[in-house]
Amino acid sequence: MSDLETFRSETRAWLEANCPPEMREPIRSEKDSVWGGRDQSAMTPAQKQWMDAMGAKGWTVPDWPKEYGGGGLSAAEAKVLREEMARIRARNPLSSFGISMLGPALLKYGTEEQKKEHLPKIARGEIRWCQGYSEPNAGSDLASLATSAEDKGDHFLVNGQKVWTSYANYADWIFCLVRTDKTNKHNGISFVLFDMQTPGVSTKPILLISGYSPFCETFFDNVKVPKENLVGELNKGWDVAKYLLGHEREMISNMGLGGGGKNPLIDGAIATIGLDHDGRLADPLLRAKIAEFEVRSKAFAAQSERFIDELKAGRAHPAQPSMMKYYGTELNKSRHELIMASGGSDNLEWESERSRGGAPARDWLRTKANSIEGGTSEVQLNIISKRILELPGA
Amino acid sequence: MPLFLNDDQTMLRDTARDFVADAAPVSHMRKLRDSKDETGFSRDLWKQFADMGFTGILVGEDHGGLGLGHVEAGVVLEEIGRNLSPSPFLQTAVAAVEALKGTPHAERWFPGIVAGETVAALALDEGAKFRASVSMKAERSGNGFKLTGAKQFVHHGHVADFVIVSARTAGAADDQDGVTLFAVPKDAAGMTARAERLTDASLAARIEFDGVEVDADAVIGEVDAGRKPLDRLLRAGRAGAAAEMLGVGAGAMDMTIGYIKERKQFGTLIGSFQALQHRAAHLYSEMEVARAAVLKAQQLLDAGDDKADAAVSVAKAMTGLATMLSVQEGIQMHGGIGMTDEYDIGFYMKRQRVLAELFGDANYHADRLAQAAGY
Repeated sequence: MSDLETFRSETRAWLEANCPPEMREPIRSEKDSVWGGRDQSAMTPAQKQWMDAMGAKGWTVPDWPKEYGGGGLSAAEAKVLREEMARIRARNPLSSFGISMLGPALLKYGTEEQKKEHLPKIARGEIRWCQGYSEPNAGSDLASLATSAEDKGDHFLVNGQKVWTSYANYADWIFCLVRTDKTNKHNGISFVLFDMQTPGVSTKPILLISGYSPFCETFFDNVKVPKENLVGELNKGWDVAKYLLGHEREMISNMGLGGGGKNPLIDGAIATIGLDHDGRLADPLLRAKIAEFEVRSKAFAAQSERFIDELKAGRAHPAQPSMMKYYGTELNKSRHELIMASGGSDNLEWESERSRGGAPARDWLRTKANSIEGGTSEVQLNIISKRILELPGA
Repeated sequence: MPLFLNDDQTMLRDTARDFVADAAPVSHMRKLRDSKDETGFSRDLWKQFADMGFTGILVGEDHGGLGLGHVEAGVVLEEIGRNLSPSPFLQTAVAAVEALKGTPHAERWFPGIVAGETVAALALDEGAKFRASVSMKAERSGNGFKLTGAKQFVHHGHVADFVIVSARTAGAADDQDGVTLFAVPKDAAGMTARAERLTDASLAARIEFDGVEVDADAVIGEVDAGRKPLDRLLRAGRAGAAAEMLGVGAGAMDMTIGYIKERKQFGTLIGSFQALQHRAAHLYSEMEVARAAVLKAQQLLDAGDDKADAAVSVAKAMTGLATMLSVQEGIQMHGGIGMTDEYDIGFYMKRQRVLAELFGDANYHADRLAQAAGY
């Protein structure tokens, strides 16, 4: 048996023994995702068991080095782990901006102390991170941000406001873009980390059309941030931010994938609409739309696999995450349009028990932000045009 | 296996890219069309394909081939698509070879295919749209069978050295069992092929089988169980058609992006207009997704994976959707010049339409996936 085959059979056995049955059910609403953090009281016992078991092995971040809490797996081994998890339909043990965004940025730009301090806690789900990027007047034009950080010798004094800070009200720490030089737009931004319990930090959830409040306004009033929490060079935070945005886009693009195996969209449509005597969905036009969506969705799953493989081999175009983000989020929006069309009036119930508190409608509304957050679809198309297709500037 | 070309495959692609662009660029097709060439492709080019080893790409080394897989065949097909090169490669070296693999027919036909002397045709369609059903009759007669019926959309049917024909030896049109696949030599009495020039200038035949007598050894695989070699043929043909179509879409896209980088209107390069940039970037995204779907299908086919069949349908449907967008955007972004016969972009639109129909169009394959998923 080759090393990889041995690894596969050991992984299969370990997952079988350690992944609780509840964690092999498809994710049905936002509550099913585990985010970790200091306050773990909202987690079910199965969620906690699964996160802790995977975290202890470093398999929440299988390809990070072991010394920083990762699994130290090769690209091929990490792929085997993904395949074996998909085989038993295991849920992702931990959804985390620390894993998908800050971690890669720290691995590239962080000091040894910063890596040792923060990465293992991210891997084990002990600290929950949020991202302080957008401001009321710096959305798609992010580099015009104004939150200031004044040099006070041993610390920065941070003042200003962030907006669309995802889950800031639940986060333990924030990674934040601040202005350290007012005379230079892109080269006057720095990347800092600080504890959300630092005096002067406050958050206020924003109620969205979905009735959810995943985003917050976040205010900084004379917040003292120790100098050692600067990541990368002073005034060079834009490089870190861009690198991290690539990873954010990659993460958001995964939304286009849906889940493996049983397809809730198809099952839902069959349940409400029924099949005709030939075994076809009784609404032929909706059936055609679902079938075409399925073609794109399965093709995009292949593209995601290809993208990950190319990324690991260092062959992906640096702007490729923009394409993944664009396609994945547009696909996710059409998935939820089809779910709503399939469910009919059942899916319009907002608070009923059988709609699980209006989950289909709320999730559908939530997806409308997919093509806005993390850089709008139009921004992604601009990036593809200029950096990949090399079309001329205006 | 990572989902990108390995070093050997990349090398083969570079070789194929240079060779096809040099030996059979779009002007080669245009010349054949303008001279109303009656074969539909160049025999000389087919021989050159053999010299490169391409005709034996899927043929095992025991038969003098290269013994490579669908990824490698697809690499060559993509370049054929990119250059709109008329060639019997897809039907002969890919689909027919897969159907005949492991049967006694391999001994008879593979040497000629490897040598670039033999051409195969596939007589499968009985109507204007590809369907899984087979109505054409094959009745037992003496030591063999008698074939009666008609087929259409048979590329190279009028010049092929043999024709692979699906016919019914038992049951009703839609039955899975009762289909038998035959290899019929071109000189069989009672077989009449009438070539028609198609929109893309390729030649496809309508073939009448008027009680064509064949020996029992013309059967490919087993009597009544022809779905097996037929499915092999279709899987390979569909993955191949998807790869060729990918080349057509990529060729059209490259031509279009190149054009909008040079064309000036309103005193500026039109490629700087955001309206066109966004459409170009969207097109690029669709083509990338299609490319991944094709490679996934090819790799699964090569691995003999159970999921290959569904992946092939995804690839054929997805390339159908993406390359249609590519050729349509190609004409639109070229503007008036895109409508002229003198300019090449229109040829891409025509070729895409033909490949989209071959072995089932995007709707057919989306429907196939839907049925398999139980809705």
